[in-house]
Amino acid sequence: MNSFNDLFETYSWDETKTSIYAKTTIDVERALASPKRTLEDFKALISPAAAPYLEQMAVMSQQLTQKRFGKVLQMYVPLYLSNECNNICTYCGFSYDNKVKRKTLSPMEIMQEVAALKEMGYDHVLLVTGEDNLNVHVDYFKKVLELIRPHFAHISMEIQPMDVEDYDQLTPYGLNTVLVYQETYHQEDYKKHHPKGKKSNFKYRVETPDRLGKAGIHKMGLGVLIGLEDWRTDCFFTALHLTYLEKKYWQSKYSLSFPRLRPFSGGLEPKVEMSDRELVQLICAYRLFNEEVELSISTRESPAFRNNIIKLGITSISAGSKTNPGGYVVAPESLEQFEISDERTPAEIAEMIATQGYEAVWKDWDRCLA
Amino acid sequence: MLQIADKTFSSRLFTGTGKFSSSALMEEALLASGSELVTVALKRVDIKNNEDDDLLLRLKYPQINLLPNTSGVRNAKEAVFAAQLAREALETNWIKLEIHPDPKYLMPDPIETLKATEELARLGFIVLPYIHADPVLCKRLEDAGTSAVMPLGSPIGSNKGLKTIDFLEIIISQSNVPVVIDAGIGSPSDAARAMEIGADAVLVNTAIAVSGNPVQMAAAFKMAVEAGRMAFEAKLASPVSHAIASSPLTSFLDE
Repeated sequence: MNSFNDLFETYSWDETKTSIYAKTTIDVERALASPKRTLEDFKALISPAAAPYLEQMAVMSQQLTQKRFGKVLQMYVPLYLSNECNNICTYCGFSYDNKVKRKTLSPMEIMQEVAALKEMGYDHVLLVTGEDNLNVHVDYFKKVLELIRPHFAHISMEIQPMDVEDYDQLTPYGLNTVLVYQETYHQEDYKKHHPKGKKSNFKYRVETPDRLGKAGIHKMGLGVLIGLEDWRTDCFFTALHLTYLEKKYWQSKYSLSFPRLRPFSGGLEPKVEMSDRELVQLICAYRLFNEEVELSISTRESPAFRNNIIKLGITSISAGSKTNPGGYVVAPESLEQFEISDERTPAEIAEMIATQGYEAVWKDWDRCLA
Repeated sequence: MLQIADKTFSSRLFTGTGKFSSSALMEEALLASGSELVTVALKRVDIKNNEDDDLLLRLKYPQINLLPNTSGVRNAKEAVFAAQLAREALETNWIKLEIHPDPKYLMPDPIETLKATEELARLGFIVLPYIHADPVLCKRLEDAGTSAVMPLGSPIGSNKGLKTIDFLEIIISQSNVPVVIDAGIGSPSDAARAMEIGADAVLVNTAIAVSGNPVQMAAAFKMAVEAGRMAFEAKLASPVSHAIASSPLTSFLDE
């Protein structure tokens, strides 16, 4: 098997979806009782049949998460470098056909933003861009990494998918983690939502984690954009992808995200709504399926939801996020990628975490380790 | 008293600093454990400005010795580099060598660990390597100049107890350096059992940090380790499965 795509092509979306919805109470109970859960068990846990077992799943998820990760939550923050983008994505504020002022931060502007993040206490940063290979390319990233590396213990990137050689060039500059969300594993819908630009190539995107694995990246993040397609089927394929990657690229760590489609100016209405209850079910199911994977929650979710979800399986959380380049200091009024829902400051989030009997961890990596 | 390299310890319970719900609670639990050797992940502390690091400030007690660990490194080269930084920043030449290239189960890499131990011992470090319960590897590490060995009882953080007990017993019977059982100890009874079979010490973190009451659990582990050691020194009676009433097979010799 050369890449995940070879495995993926042996599956049918419709059959997979039908098999999830066909899971019964007996399947759910077997999954809950099993000491080592399979992909079939995962299907049962995300199925409608598992809904009455939510409290039990939450108790188990909490215990497993505490055992592995302790009573701590890792704090991270996004730093948007650029909103220039040649892709059309129907759900994104930075889509090529959206009339927004385009901006890529200069070195001096980046340092102004970095100063603001350091002031908030951050040591783990997530760099975000659109996809503009003319202006925002490997050499730009190298310069950025060189600039900010002395200021952060851990650097993640959520940027355009690249070739193995490109990732190989960035890791010596301190790139630790790459997030690449598939958005959806439904191929026809993927094409509908990505009609133009390099991102319209489903295969290149779905094989990106393979290329990251080959480049020996320390950690990679997977996920789908919830709202584009049936979330259960999409999240099953995420779990399948994770399982494949863990076996093949066993030296990498993995994290999962589950962003729900948020409003933005001129935006798309979700095709599929996922309730809070269902999101909790998904988070607990991911944990019961995989005890070691990191689970991340962003400021897309509401304060009330975030206050309660952090004890049910989550391991990392962002706070005080801005989703526009320059959003912290340089150009706070520019257009955001999406509206955030929880506007509390990092200090307020850390306090909320403490009152729940957890500790907010700001640093859990060190430049000296790689 | 337990001796490792140039230090003596009256407590045979070593502890870790991860997974606690607050650093204040960690401090209280570690004090209750009576532990004199506490491991700290380099990745968690600000090694440059370590004077202000909250976690390190909580460990400033005369009886507590720091044992920096290299958790996060994937090979010998990275481990040696990290150990050198730790020595410089934290002013100790003790290092808990953890090389687990597998971030899922955190399984230690025996080949890289042996290489790093050789190099670190040559550089004057007191090396305590975290390893599989592999008796041959333990002997090779002795040859390489290790100051102790730290075989696992079961996968780290699993609380599964002494799954490797048959191999641990072999390691203990033939070791010339202290044997510290690290990883997997889930309850005070596991710790007591480890001490009863002759381990020199145990290292416990998750079972204390994630318990309902870490301070009370730390005190429970303290007592269990002391009881287990006392039992080992008192020499346990061998367990027998049946009563021996007469000797029908050899009684003819007395006739």
